[in-house]
Amino acid sequence: MRVDYYLYLSAVLFTIGAVGVLVRRNAIVVFMCVELMLNAVNLSLVTFARLNGSLDGQIIAFFVMVVAAAEVVVGLAIIMSIFRSRRSASVDDANLLKY
Amino acid sequence: MTSTVLAAASSGAPATMHEAVLFWLLAPIAVAAAIGLVVARSAVHAAMMLAAVMMCLAAFYTAENAPFLAVVQVVVYTGAVLMLFLFVLMLIGVDSTESLMETLRGQRVAAGVIGLAFSILLLAAIDGGIASFHPKGVVSAEAGKGNVAAIAQLLFSRYVFAFEATSALLITAGLGAMVLAHRERTSARQTQQERMQERASRGGAAIAPLPGPGVYADHDAIDTPALLPDGTIAALSVPSYLQVSSAQPRREDPELGA
Repeated sequence: MRVDYYLYLSAVLFTIGAVGVLVRRNAIVVFMCVELMLNAVNLSLVTFARLNGSLDGQIIAFFVMVVAAAEVVVGLAIIMSIFRSRRSASVDDANLLKY
Repeated sequence: MTSTVLAAASSGAPATMHEAVLFWLLAPIAVAAAIGLVVARSAVHAAMMLAAVMMCLAAFYTAENAPFLAVVQVVVYTGAVLMLFLFVLMLIGVDSTESLMETLRGQRVAAGVIGLAFSILLLAAIDGGIASFHPKGVVSAEAGKGNVAAIAQLLFSRYVFAFEATSALLITAGLGAMVLAHRERTSARQTQQERMQERASRGGAAIAPLPGPGVYADHDAIDTPALLPDGTIAALSVPSYLQVSSAQPRREDPELGA
């Protein structure tokens, strides 16, 4: 087994997450797919750290986790306030700027 | 066992047998769970699939000499972030089903094709670029201090400004969530006196407490409705969310001779 298999796995997971963002309608599931993409990138960052023989990749992955946590807090608060006003968590219903 | 895996993987060699077994065991699980996340009908199932992917990634981090990140992955992602997801899911209703109608014609097929093309592009790029890499392993960078101490030293020296900016980001995010989730009270809060006056103005039965559930020789559960003197059910004796399962009093046991 070679180390770069992790990179292939990370690419596959990232693609699945991207397709999920495009396909799903429920805002929370879309958000979970975004998390999946962030996790896939973290895996490749950790693998890069190993390939390069330095810890910087792991540090960047750590910062990605922190930013992802902050993003989830704000994003879920936005989803909740949209749900409160429109009684729906579907991304199709948030179309006030459409017309 | 874990320490042997870590020690074997830390020699700077590309990968050991242990790691190959771990990878080929968990990588299919991770991919299958990711696909499940996309196709799951229920949002709670999707969250469970995401938890599976995250746990698999934590195992990969241990195999890749990143025990600190593995623990953070479990604690922050699987523990905090995913529970936040579930919390919001419960808050806005688990059964909010997703409409299966396509808003844009052919969007799913187009998304699938684009995803496939994108993955081919990514895999080809990795395949082409990886030839120049020779894995060095992170152990040499740790300088004998161990992963956590080495990361801490780097975090508080070279990355200290990014670290401080992160704390500002977290505080901002917390404040933002509070502002977004806050709801102003549109009407004044009812006092106890006003509630009692409203009940009295409705008159009659509204003043007395609600009737309790029925207590019989064979049933005293809280979903057993009480009977009025004429034998009909007192609808107020059972909470509304329990009435679905107990439409009639269950007193037809032949032994008791109802």
